[in-house]
Formats: sequence, structure tokens, C-alpha cells
Amino acid sequence: MKKYTDSGKKDTRSGFGDGLTELGKKNKDVVALCADLTGSLKMDEFKKNHPERFFQIGIAEANMIGIAAGMTIGGKIPFTGTFANFSTGRVYDQIRQSVAYSGKNVKICASHAGITLGEDGATHQILEDIGLMKMLPGMTVINTCDYNQTKAATIAVAEHEGPVYLRFGRPKVANFTPADQKFEIGKAVQLQEGTDVTIIATGHLVWEALQAAETLHENGISADVINIHTIKPLDDEAILKSVKKTGCVVTAEEHNYLGGLGESVARVLSTQHPAPQEFVATQDTFGESGTPEQLMDKYGLNASAIVAAAKKVIARK
Amino acid sequence: MADYKALEDLVIQVRRDILRQVHKVNSGHPGGSLGCAEFFVALYNELMDHNNDFSMDGENEDIFFLSNGHISPVFYSVLARSGYFPVEELNTFRLLDSRLQGHPTTHEGLPGIRMASGSLGQGISVSIGAAQTKKLNNDNHIVYTLCGDGELQEGQNWEAIMYAAGNKVDNLIVTIDLNGQQIDGSTENVLPLGNMKAKFEAFGWDVMDIEEGNNIEAVITGMKKAKEKTGKGKPICVLLHTVMGNGVDFMMHTHDWHGKAPNDEQLENALSQNPETLGDY
Repeated sequence: MKKYTDSGKKDTRSGFGDGLTELGKKNKDVVALCADLTGSLKMDEFKKNHPERFFQIGIAEANMIGIAAGMTIGGKIPFTGTFANFSTGRVYDQIRQSVAYSGKNVKICASHAGITLGEDGATHQILEDIGLMKMLPGMTVINTCDYNQTKAATIAVAEHEGPVYLRFGRPKVANFTPADQKFEIGKAVQLQEGTDVTIIATGHLVWEALQAAETLHENGISADVINIHTIKPLDDEAILKSVKKTGCVVTAEEHNYLGGLGESVARVLSTQHPAPQEFVATQDTFGESGTPEQLMDKYGLNASAIVAAAKKVIARK
Repeated sequence: MADYKALEDLVIQVRRDILRQVHKVNSGHPGGSLGCAEFFVALYNELMDHNNDFSMDGENEDIFFLSNGHISPVFYSVLARSGYFPVEELNTFRLLDSRLQGHPTTHEGLPGIRMASGSLGQGISVSIGAAQTKKLNNDNHIVYTLCGDGELQEGQNWEAIMYAAGNKVDNLIVTIDLNGQQIDGSTENVLPLGNMKAKFEAFGWDVMDIEEGNNIEAVITGMKKAKEKTGKGKPICVLLHTVMGNGVDFMMHTHDWHGKAPNDEQLENALSQNPETLGDY
């Protein structure tokens, strides 16, 4: 088994902030917009370095999306920053018409996604955003797993022409992917090679999937682990290649099982290579207040939940 | 000095285009389109410094966004008659595989359209974005927008209106088509808009009225005044007083023709009130 080590816990939102800082220096067309959450989104450095390219919109997310769409006319590359809840559900129609349907080069950057937002509770813990965004024609949907990957993704999406939803989170989590990685949109990352079960994870669940694979290994089960950072376009080829080898799959995500990564994987498999699948995801429920760890445990979004799902799905082969 | 006779002839032809487009497919929005014919003719012929050789980025030219996308028939007619695409293409309005979708879109690549609209309330935000990009690019041109009055019931407008003043977006002229009508009735009956001038002024805009919004000379004179107000630290709002259905007697002063097409007989009557000037498509 490959060994992955945590180089020190960091929040993915800081990966976004640092990526944006780097982009600011190298791409003069990058502009940043924020709806009164500059500190939370780690956009302070960009704001300090490029005050003329930073736009404080105030608590008006619909207006922010519209302004971002308009700014593309004349060649700017707008990055909007607010919480995932206010980046998607609150502004869905604005994104649909002014960004997606209009084909505008806007990067919607969403922090505090999922249940690990923690103590603020369900009003802020969106578990439906991947589904909302992947349903929009032409929208690229990315959910990164750690600081390094989020930083690399932030830089990479500026080079991609077209609307992007970039999802990341609040808590400090293991930072284990290479600092110098090349982020390829739509390309899955194979983390472990195995033969008994495929584990396909996205976001914060990728590290949990690696922990689960170690436990499974100790139990004599060999797991293939794939990091799907891009949920749309999905790397069908990597998924099919792995499941043809293992014959079953566990998908793991910090999102409702309805509309998330798991359903996208199920679509690929049901049409091309039917196989048993288990979903590690929230079960069509809202979240609640608590620490991220408590919530991941209560809602079954951790390594032990993945281990249990893997054993269950292997038994169904 | 503008050739008002020629512009009036164009307005009449645009009315015919509007009526014939919606009649052919028995759908679309003639009322608001007719009410804004003079505004569009003035904008594209006398006011905007624009290139008919369309580029999405619209650099070094004035650009226009239609927020109330349902009045697409007037927009399409004036774009076509300004040379953005062949006038014959008006024949394809709302048909399958057409670039002239029910509501304007960039999706089918129609020259002259820079943003989809139809879901209301988004145009001012978009225009602010484009105006701020012009400032970043040191492009000393103006962004024009047209909104319906009923459309101002959408909350996003007021986010945008607050932002534009707070950020001194002064290369922006937002025109409100003040016809007092919306689908379900008069704005007064559906949801009163109150004193629009006072509202915009309270938000920090420079506001002016064009009382005769269906008089081409008054529209040009008024919009030129609006243009002179740009670059002075405030966004500009023009309250354009129009009559929905203007130019067709049985369509005027009512919301009945907001989103309804005339039948054969009604079309004939409407066209007879607007005899062909520049030639039908």
C-alpha cells in the first residue's frame, strides 16, 4: 500500500485564499468579489495586494453573481467568494441564467460546504449544492480534498474557459496531496491500487477513504481508492476501469446521497457496467450544530462508515 | 441634428416587425415591445457609440443590456435593422432551431446579445459588472440597460441599485420603462411601485424623467441629457414614461397585450395603422 502522510492540518479554504493570492500576481484579468465574508474565505491577501481588482459586494449574493457575469464582458475572470449555501441555493436562478445559460467565465468559489461547517448548524450546512450545480448544463463542478489540492485547483480553474463551481470547506483537515501537483480538471487521481472493492471519494471524505483502506487492508481486504475531485465532467474511464477490476464500489461524499457524486457514479455504472454500490453520504436529511468530528460521526461520514459500507458491498457481489 | 422623419419611419417599421413576429408564432410580447420602439430606435441610431461588427467583449464601444427580456421582438427588430444580423431572420422568431429565442440569449450566438435575460431582475447587476470592467480597462464608454417597471418588484434590483450608488458606478444609464402595466394588471393594482424617482434618489442615483417616452425627439433629447450626467460620481436612472402597446389603438393603455399575439384580423387592423415604410422582411 502507498503511504500517505498528513503534512499538518490545514483548512481547504486557506488553499483557495493562497491560490487566489498567487493568481492575483500572475493574471491581471483575475478579479475577486466577496459578499461580506472576506476573512472567512481567506481573500484578505488578494484584497490587500489588488484593491482595484477586489469588489466588496455586501450581503447581496444575487447581485454578486450578476456583477460577476457582467464583468466577464471585457475579459475579466471573476472569482466570487461566499459560503456554499449562499453560493448556490440562494442564487440558483442568477447562476442558471446569467452564468450557465449565458456561458460566462465565472468561478463560483464556495467555502464552508457540507456538515463540517459545524456549530452554525443546518441553515449554513448545505448538503445539496453538488446536485444543484451539476444539473446546470456546461457547469464544471469541483470538490477538493485538502489544502494543497484546493490551492492547485484554484489556480487551474482560471485557465479553464467557462463556468466553474469550486467547493471547499471550513475545518482544518489532513493535508496529504503533493504541494507541486498539477491539477487536471476532470481527471481522477488513483490513490491506492486494490482488487476487492473500489472506494470513490470526494472532498473531505478522501482522507477518510485512505484511513478506511488501511483498516480494510488489516482485515485482508484490498481497496482501490480514487479521489474524484471533479464531479462534472466525471472521469468515467477511471471509474469503469476500477470497478471492472473490483466488481463493487463505495462512494463517499459530504453531501446528500440524492444528487451527489454517488448518483453520478451510479449513472456511469448502470449504463456501462452494473455493479453493487453503497453510498456513504447523508441520508436526505438536514444537519445540526456540533463539532465537525461529532457530525461526521453522527451522520456516518468517516472512515469507519466507509469500512462498514465496503464490507457490505463486497458481500453483495 | 437627427433626421426625425427617417427615425419615425424606422419606428413604424419596427412596430410592423414586432406585430408580424408575434402574429406568425401566435406568441410573444407585443405590448411592452411597442411601447419601447422609440427608445430602441433612438438608442441604436442616435445615442450609442457601437460597432455593428459584433464582439462579445464590446471593448471601446457603448453596450446595452435588456433586462426585461420578454420584449425581445423590439430588440430583435432594431438589432436586425441596425445590421447585426439579416432582417429576414426575424421570420424565425420563436421557431425551432432559431437564434431568435423567445427571450434573448447568447446560447445560440445571435450577434448583439451579450447576456441571456427573461428571468427578471438581473439586468442591473449584469450592467454594473460590465461597467466596472470598462473602468478597469480604462474604456471610457457607457453601459445602457432597460428594465420594465413591474420588474422592479424583484429584490435583486435593489441590491444592485444600492451597490451602484455606493460604488459610484457613473458610466451606467439604467432606463425604466414606466408604462404602469404588468401581466396581471396595472402596477398600481398588482403591487404599487410608489414614487420611483424618490426611491432611486434615496438610493443615491441621479434621476431624470422623459415624460414623452413615445416621442422620438423627446427620447433623443432626454437620453442625451442623461449621457451628459455620466462620469459625475452617480449612476443615472431615466424614468421613461411610455404607453404599453403604443402605435396600435386597441393595444394601448391596457395590460391585455402584454403577452398575447394578435389574430389575423387584428394584425391587419394593427398594420393598417402603421403603413410599411422601409420594407417588410
